[in-house]
Amino acid sequence: MARIDRAARGPDSAVRSRSLDAFHFLDIFAASDARMSVLVVLLGFLAGTLIILAVGRNPGGMFAALLQAMTGWDLTRGVWNIRYVGEWLAISTPLILTGLSMGFAARAGLFNIGAEGQYIVGLTIAQFAALYLPQIPVVQVVLAVALAAAGAAVWGGIVGWLKARFNASEVVATIMLNYIAFFLSRWVTMAIPGANTYKTPNLPQSAQLDAGFLQRLTNGSNLNYGFFIAIASVIAFWWIMEHTRTGFALRATGMNRDAALASGIKAERSAVTSMAIAGAFAGLAGAIVALGSFGYGRVLSGFDNYGFNGIAVALVGNSTGFGVGIAGLLFGLLASAQPLMQSRGIPKEITLIISGLVVVFVSLRAGFRMLLAWRRRAALAVMATKAESETVQGEIDA
Amino acid sequence: MENYAVEMIDITKAFPGVLANDRVRLAVRQGEVHAVLGENGAGKSTLMSVLYGLYEADSGSIRIRGHDARIRNPNDAAELGIGMVFQHFKLVRDYTVTENIILGSEPRTRFGHVDLAGAERRVAGLSATYGLAVDPRSRIEDLGVGAQQRVEILKTLYREADILILDEPTAVLTPQEVDELMAVIARLKSEGKTVILITHKLREIKAAADRCTVLRRGKTVGTVDVAAAREEDLAEMMVGRAVNFKVDKEPANPGRPVLEIEGLTVRGSRGNDAVRGLSLTVSAGEIVGLAGVDGNGQSELVRALAGLDKPTAGTIRLNGRDITHASVRERIEQGMAHVPEDRHRHGLVLGMRLDENLALKTFHKAPFSNRCGALDFKAIAANADRLIAQFDVRAGKGPATKTEDMSGGNQQKAIIARELDLSPDLLVVAQPTRGLDVGAIEYIHERIVAERDKGRAVLLVSFELDEVMALCDRIAAISRGSIVGEVAAADADERFVGAMMAGVQPEEYRTTSGKRTARG
Ligand SMILES: Nc1ncnc2c1ncn2[C@@H]1O[C@H](COP(=O)(O)OP(=O)(O)OP(=O)(O)O)[C@@H](O)[C@H]1O
Ligand SMILES: [Mg+2]
Repeated sequence: MARIDRAARGPDSAVRSRSLDAFHFLDIFAASDARMSVLVVLLGFLAGTLIILAVGRNPGGMFAALLQAMTGWDLTRGVWNIRYVGEWLAISTPLILTGLSMGFAARAGLFNIGAEGQYIVGLTIAQFAALYLPQIPVVQVVLAVALAAAGAAVWGGIVGWLKARFNASEVVATIMLNYIAFFLSRWVTMAIPGANTYKTPNLPQSAQLDAGFLQRLTNGSNLNYGFFIAIASVIAFWWIMEHTRTGFALRATGMNRDAALASGIKAERSAVTSMAIAGAFAGLAGAIVALGSFGYGRVLSGFDNYGFNGIAVALVGNSTGFGVGIAGLLFGLLASAQPLMQSRGIPKEITLIISGLVVVFVSLRAGFRMLLAWRRRAALAVMATKAESETVQGEIDA
Repeated sequence: MENYAVEMIDITKAFPGVLANDRVRLAVRQGEVHAVLGENGAGKSTLMSVLYGLYEADSGSIRIRGHDARIRNPNDAAELGIGMVFQHFKLVRDYTVTENIILGSEPRTRFGHVDLAGAERRVAGLSATYGLAVDPRSRIEDLGVGAQQRVEILKTLYREADILILDEPTAVLTPQEVDELMAVIARLKSEGKTVILITHKLREIKAAADRCTVLRRGKTVGTVDVAAAREEDLAEMMVGRAVNFKVDKEPANPGRPVLEIEGLTVRGSRGNDAVRGLSLTVSAGEIVGLAGVDGNGQSELVRALAGLDKPTAGTIRLNGRDITHASVRERIEQGMAHVPEDRHRHGLVLGMRLDENLALKTFHKAPFSNRCGALDFKAIAANADRLIAQFDVRAGKGPATKTEDMSGGNQQKAIIARELDLSPDLLVVAQPTRGLDVGAIEYIHERIVAERDKGRAVLLVSFELDEVMALCDRIAAISRGSIVGEVAAADADERFVGAMMAGVQPEEYRTTSGKRTARG
């Protein structure tokens, strides 16, 4: 039977040739996911520092820029402007939400590449709701956000349904739906009277997420009610996943589909539920960008990439609610520090390199196993040579 | 001074919440077969993992062939000539036997053409020497469990191991395969190898081992000469009390039919009909045993009963209601419990906690969920505490233990606890006592009989003829997907059941008995 004793899960000699011992230290920090993430982030920054040194700049500039983005303190000029903090949180908001989208599906064992499409659906619906719903303060914006989430939930749910009904790969389905969402959004948005090839008429104030007090508090930053939606979503993620029977069923399905099925959990239903909830998170991100950043509706000219960046956020956040929240803040920090670095003579690409490296390092944990598998195959060829020389020996022995 | 292959001195290894090994001593003589016996969770696998370098002991020392050894990883172990065969094989499914065996040995880079033929010759040589029958060229995916295990043993021999650790090798084997393995072990011994054998089957220890070290709750109880010890003595040393090997039960009192299977046909994984027009009835208050050689449709039948496979023909009725196409949850709600054959695949979510696994079938209902769908973790943990106490499930951190950190036998106990606690009208159990120690088996058997006495129907699938004979009231033999015959357990002897398992009709056996040798 497939009985794995404790021992059986360790590496065995067949897999570990001497050259692989260098990887042993990876096992240590692969042990805890949270520890792994922290280490990985530190490694990313370390690598960034080294690269800056290598190109002959002062890495202090990077840290000063990061500090300023995080606290508003400008060390070089000795002034404090809290607006930077607001911008940081505002940029992080959609990243957190698309990270939650990716993470939620991942916990149920699904790879949701479709957050981008779900985000677009949410964004488009929010824009329509802003332009066409009655302009009642508070009511309109709440409705717009809710409709965006609901529409994106359906968009995501379709994928779950395709998976459950036809066993269609969610990866292929979501990628296709991303493009469908993109072109559909362009087409319907351009059809709005008064829209040109890149924007719609201005959205009414009653449909905007602007929070006057937040702007005052942050010295006129872009921070708006969307940030509270993100915080509420992080809590909702955690609550649903850890404290409800729905989350229980999703987690069980994600970790062992066969055992979940044998226990009466409907894995098909889990697929639809998890993809719908994942879609709702991404749709919220779309609504927040639509109703919080620009005063007008946009005709998309390309992907905004929030959905794709959500994959990285979820990876670093280990697909837990709070982990994703923190990871979203981290990626948001890198994004908001970019212009500040440039002004300090640090190439802005450094932030991309750091976030890229962080993702690579996180993926290493999974990649580590793949690497081992690959080494096995590679070793086989070499091995045969050895086997040949040993055959002679073996025949003498036998 | 004696000639020891392995001396483990005062080995201590702690995991969070448990002292898995507490100053354990194990001395294995050169060239002997040394059994390690102990209750589930006594620390056997942990001790072997320390010897094989998977865990480093917190304290204690190891001597190999009289020399101090520091074994930090399996490479060190391999260099010292130690090989280990795990319960869960680690073979690459789409590689051939030979490819698997040569895979991952120390690469010495010298360039040359790939000479698999040479390796194949060597594997064939080893396989002949030790009676490990496998074709070096077959693919792993085409091999049965027994053959895969032989490949694992060959792999250690190819690497010139002369100390072999076998961790519960027989738990996955059918009785014939066990006999074959016993012969292989004898061969290994006669070729001068040292074998450390972990098993819960006292009969196997008597048959194969020279000496036996007994562990209890992480401590060494002692080492005995097997020839001088009776099975009862070994059992008592291990659990600390006398163990009852007989199942005490009153004659059955069957009532109304609970499970009625009629003309059931189920397609197997290879597209053939694994179950063919099978009919069988299990009534309230009786235990029906399904005896048969592995691969005769038992697994498919159980999966169809549990709702995991769709039958292509026939009907299944539970308490008179047609459940042929009912969902798994409907079956559970209507009173079916199922102990699956493959505990890791169908029984547990290894990444979840013990208490969550114990509520895996009932978490959606009160008291574990309230009306709004929120989980009540207090109730879930309390349920676990109760079952842990009742079934003596040993887990380091109690309800919070991740099930993957539990010993194999305790994982099995957890599944049985969960299923019996459903107090079902129909209990379908496949290989319920695989990997369990004798004390646990005694308790599980008692509980199954108690369920029967409460008027439940029990269908037991087991490859262990002993277990079927001891526990069941009625025995149905399955061969090539159909029931060949049924007998009351009272009228059955092993030869008779064995003959039925081989496909002989009961009437035919009665007329020819004596002339025919029953062989399962
Ligand atoms: N990696 C681990 N983390 C935490 N606890 C562990 C770990 N490995 C083993 N244990 C605990 O150590 C104890 C000994 O486990 P071990 O697997 O050695 O038992 P065993 O004698 O092999 O039992 P079985 O007969 O059931 O296989 C058990 O209580 C088990 O829960
Ligand atoms: Mg064990």
